[in-house]
Amino acid sequence: MSMIRESDRSRIATLAADPQDRGGPGTSLLSVRGLIKHFGRTAGLFSQRRSVVRAVDGIDFEVAKGETLGIVGESGCGKSTTARLIMQIIVPDAGDILFDGEEVGSHALSLGEFRQQAQMVFQDSYSSLNPRLTVEDTIAFGPRVHGLSRRTAIARAHDLLHRVGLEPSRFAGCYPHEISGGQRQRVNIARSLALEPRLLILDEAVSALDKSVEAQVLNLLLDLKEEFGLTFIFISHDLNVVRFMSDRVMVMYLGKVAEVGPAESILALPRHPYTQALLASMPSMDPDNRTQEAPVSGDPPNPINPPSGCRFHPRCKVVATLCAHSEPAPHDVGAGHLAACHLANPESGHPRLAAA
Amino acid sequence: MSAPMVDVQRLTVDFAVGAKTIRAAAGVDIEVEKGETLALLGESGSGKSVTLRALMRLHPKSARIGGAIRIDGRDVLKMTAAELSRYRGGIVSMVFQDPGLAFDPVYRVGDQIAEAVVRHTGVSFRAARARALELFERVRIPSPERRLDNYPHEMSGGMRQRAMIALALACRPKVLLADEPTTALDATVQIQVLLLLRELQRELGLAVIFVTHDIGVAVEVADRIAVMYGGRIVELGPCAKIIRAPAHPYTQGLLMSRGDGTAKGGRLVAIPGSPPDLANLPPGCAFAPRCSRVIEECRKKVPAAVIIEPGHVACCVRAQPAEVFLQRSETFSCRTAGLIGADVRPDWRPHTTRRPS
Repeated sequence: MSMIRESDRSRIATLAADPQDRGGPGTSLLSVRGLIKHFGRTAGLFSQRRSVVRAVDGIDFEVAKGETLGIVGESGCGKSTTARLIMQIIVPDAGDILFDGEEVGSHALSLGEFRQQAQMVFQDSYSSLNPRLTVEDTIAFGPRVHGLSRRTAIARAHDLLHRVGLEPSRFAGCYPHEISGGQRQRVNIARSLALEPRLLILDEAVSALDKSVEAQVLNLLLDLKEEFGLTFIFISHDLNVVRFMSDRVMVMYLGKVAEVGPAESILALPRHPYTQALLASMPSMDPDNRTQEAPVSGDPPNPINPPSGCRFHPRCKVVATLCAHSEPAPHDVGAGHLAACHLANPESGHPRLAAA
Repeated sequence: MSAPMVDVQRLTVDFAVGAKTIRAAAGVDIEVEKGETLALLGESGSGKSVTLRALMRLHPKSARIGGAIRIDGRDVLKMTAAELSRYRGGIVSMVFQDPGLAFDPVYRVGDQIAEAVVRHTGVSFRAARARALELFERVRIPSPERRLDNYPHEMSGGMRQRAMIALALACRPKVLLADEPTTALDATVQIQVLLLLRELQRELGLAVIFVTHDIGVAVEVADRIAVMYGGRIVELGPCAKIIRAPAHPYTQGLLMSRGDGTAKGGRLVAIPGSPPDLANLPPGCAFAPRCSRVIEECRKKVPAAVIIEPGHVACCVRAQPAEVFLQRSETFSCRTAGLIGADVRPDWRPHTTRRPS
């Protein structure tokens, strides 16, 4: 290990330039352009017909250095597929992923180098750990693969265990089945930090935890972010948690970005009817003022045959004939807040705009 | 006053796992009136689902159930197999978390509902299908005639849960048990199902016990909330009291850790530690190892129920009764002692009014 203490590392990193920082502070850490992934499936055993699941269907977004981007959406909206595409666990059909200005998988930034700088934490804390490895071996595995000696890797594992709030003397030799869900998720977080990454993708990382433990892990994530100067992509279906964690929020619906922008702006003044419905669907915490009417009816449609035009139009309360055939492009409604709705664009010709 | 629809007293459920005995429910008392919804709120391992399943006797034979369960005046623990099969679905029915697992994948949904109707009421299959159609309309499944012929996998998650509710109501039960029925659903679908359950409960006058881990969900459906921890009810009261004036440190911690009031950049107020190990519960209050207000007494014996106000009790040594109660306590009388076991005032009776007005 270096002479510099781990706790000083981040301070130095923020003062002087991070040696890993190639693009400079102005470059987005992650820049995704036109990302597409379709999964083909046969309709039946003897069928010639093939159907296509449009899991991610052309999305663009940026993640600035040091920020937290929250991604929200319902099941089937493509948020987890997006995370896996970024990590190249699934190979995209089309689209560019730039990490600090350089294309992932290119000559300048190989997949191995990229994965050292970007790590992921999954929802299921148990199935994402190897049941035959002890906690310290799990955390030391990555550094050893990347060439550290066993002794150094184990020392780093103990240091990380300490940082995620698990006493190394008690937990280092445990197997995953011997510890609780919250503790396992802490191990997963420690493992993801073992290669000193710059980007952490948290895919529903706290969703399986009990509420009382969830708060502990969220606090831990915020502390680690500050300490190591991390950038987060935080995927969750829980708007309360996303509100607390995120600087910017991206709302996805059926493989498309419905709305993206600063968290306060999206959550306080949502412009897309889907975001509005999602926010209104959160249970009321006021017993005297319960929800009286469901904000939208029906289930999210199947991504196999998504609706034409705006994908939300069959469930939308302010739908116009225009929405069924013309797909709205993301429109900037101010301060980097983009909404893919005809109502957000004064020039779209949506009849409600003329009425107002 | 007549007996409550659901009357559970000192319910204990023990599972033998190897040499160890796990006490998953440790003296649970529940009363639910006709037309009332009680939410059992708790984390995994708090005993909420175990309690619910005991009411339908769904536990394996190896589980030991103690205490008394009376539903609609019948003693559930003394029922024979034949009585049980009439009782399940006929008087009490249940909605599960995963409707995909609750339906048989190789039969049409409509036929499965009709089968239950034929079995319980003895009508013809044709009449039972008509009843199934009526139920599908009731739970507002779009194009119900067509949907009756669907197999479970052809329906979306929200629609399957509606079909599950239709099946549960098929034989006009008096009590509906719901075990996290909306947890697997998306946010926009969850609220639809919650509103449907609330509406059906009101129209049919059902007594509902609703198990959930989400306080927000409990607030949407329940008249009263019982907070469970370590196999016991630690706080019980009207919805508004639990939300606005929680008396038990665990309930307070749960509400604070939600973070909807926490400013961005602030820190959540988390409860330290992890939920208790049921095979190894501490001798005193199960929450004591995590509690910020713990005193010596907490670790010695299980705290008795303290009446904060009429209808609002908390099992905490440090909970303070509200003054209102001290003035009116003489007017309270009755039966259900032992919300939590020992040392409860014998004259206490839990709140039984229908809804907080």
